Amino acid sequence: MSIALSFSDKSLLSGEHGEAAAFAMRLLVRFAEAVGAERFIDIEAAHIDGCLYLGQVSLDFIEHLVHLGGRVRVPTTLNVGSVDLIHPELFAGSDEVGRAGARLMKAHEELGCVPTFTCAPYQTIFRPRFGAQIAWAESNAIVFANSVLGARTNRYGDFIDLCCALTGRAPCYGLHIGENRRARVLVKVESLPEEWEEAGLSCVAVGHTIGRRCGDRVPAITGLPASTNEDDLKALGAVAASAGAVALFHAVGLTPEAPTTDAAFQGRAPEEVIRLTAADLRETAHNLSTVPDGTPLTAVSLGTPHFSLSEFERLMRLIDGARPVIDVYVNTHRAVLEELQRRGWEERLRAAGVTLVIDTCTYVTAVMRDVSGAVMTNSGKWAYYAPGNIGVEVAFGSLADCVASARAGKVVRL
Amino acid sequence: MTVKFQAMTLVAGSAEAETLVLTEPLSFWGGLDSATGRIIDQWHPEKNEVMSGRILVMRAGRGSSSGSSVLAEALRRGTGPAGIVLLARDAIVTVGAMVAAELYGRACPVVLASEADWTTITGAGSLAIDARNEAATIEI
Repeated sequence: MSIALSFSDKSLLSGEHGEAAAFAMRLLVRFAEAVGAERFIDIEAAHIDGCLYLGQVSLDFIEHLVHLGGRVRVPTTLNVGSVDLIHPELFAGSDEVGRAGARLMKAHEELGCVPTFTCAPYQTIFRPRFGAQIAWAESNAIVFANSVLGARTNRYGDFIDLCCALTGRAPCYGLHIGENRRARVLVKVESLPEEWEEAGLSCVAVGHTIGRRCGDRVPAITGLPASTNEDDLKALGAVAASAGAVALFHAVGLTPEAPTTDAAFQGRAPEEVIRLTAADLRETAHNLSTVPDGTPLTAVSLGTPHFSLSEFERLMRLIDGARPVIDVYVNTHRAVLEELQRRGWEERLRAAGVTLVIDTCTYVTAVMRDVSGAVMTNSGKWAYYAPGNIGVEVAFGSLADCVASARAGKVVRL
Repeated sequence: MTVKFQAMTLVAGSAEAETLVLTEPLSFWGGLDSATGRIIDQWHPEKNEVMSGRILVMRAGRGSSSGSSVLAEALRRGTGPAGIVLLARDAIVTVGAMVAAELYGRACPVVLASEADWTTITGAGSLAIDARNEAATIEI
């Protein structure tokens, strides 16, 4: 299949906008043919996943573009890097990774990207509007943009996200097209565990199930708790994208393209109906822990994806009282840190034994002081990846469970 | 007797090797150690299998979009698969192989097989892929 190129696509290819844009456009054309796109569209923004150092290839790619004099053509945010540039003393990895990681982050700035260094760019001023065509990478950012904001992106991978940013173009396929955003699978939450007061655990359990059972088919969910908020939807999407290839979900009555079930399915019938009961949700949440209750912990890690200001508001209500006896980390980003400083909360958090990790995340880089034992988290995504990534055992629980466990030094449930 | 199937080229190249058939999709990021080519996803049925030099047969891609970098890095180090056969188009896998070819000249062909041939392909101990720009073939 050959792709139809506009006048501006051809001028990008011919090098009229520089060698870097021409290189990016060549890759994009081959990519577009591989995914079966017929043309390109303009994008309003990009989010780049490639500033996390994953080996020499990360630097080779970016240095090539810097050498060619590349500049991004749309507002472009950056995902987490390997180093907390605000708190470099937290980094405990090898000198090679530290140096290469910091260079990789800096090189992206040289291309004109904004140094947001967050997996939650939707929490910044660069939050896309409903219907915006964008090229975002990072699985949780993608699913949040599509589902919660109603912006339109595909699951762009490393490299292609930056090619889109350097050209301002993206192949028109998949979720850029309205009819492909139709739900295929109906997920009916028929009952909820009464003992789970907040919606967080239910949303993670539903998200994990969707990831395992829907593949890349768009699900529409009914029956989520009435208290479900934006952070709960963030957690749902993040674990769904980790456990599967979910790039878009509809939560009926909660997300903008699903005011009704019928709207989510664009008037068609579901291909499959998945029914979930309180017992199913309990079992899924239970299976996210690799250790039993009562197991001693070495740390608690919160904020994967990055902790929002409203999550800090909830945490602030929980930190008064006894200090934790183990390390407590919260991953967040620069915009939230500035607000914490403005409110005087940074000092209160430190005094309460909390280590703030900025620009990066505890499971992608060597930050945690002690990984010899089990770590507890309220993030389904962290629980899913940490055993493979950093070799720890995990316990999964609510935010309140995590705080209580940090004080007890072992896994406790409220 | 050899059997030849038609397939679609996602990334061009040719390869002939033993297969590693995955019973579930794999996210390379968080799932593959690029230093050793070993599957490290603790939840994956084929964990601890090594894909280096083998033809990876996987129904679809999964998980993090950083998988492109991990695949490209594995190919740079020579620990990556010799080729990849998919049943569903996957942008993340495609880009990883494409960048390794562009930066290092390391060809890891990626092809799309058809549903009708899938059972035979996943049952084969070794495969030969010939992926050109026009079309691809998979030979058993």
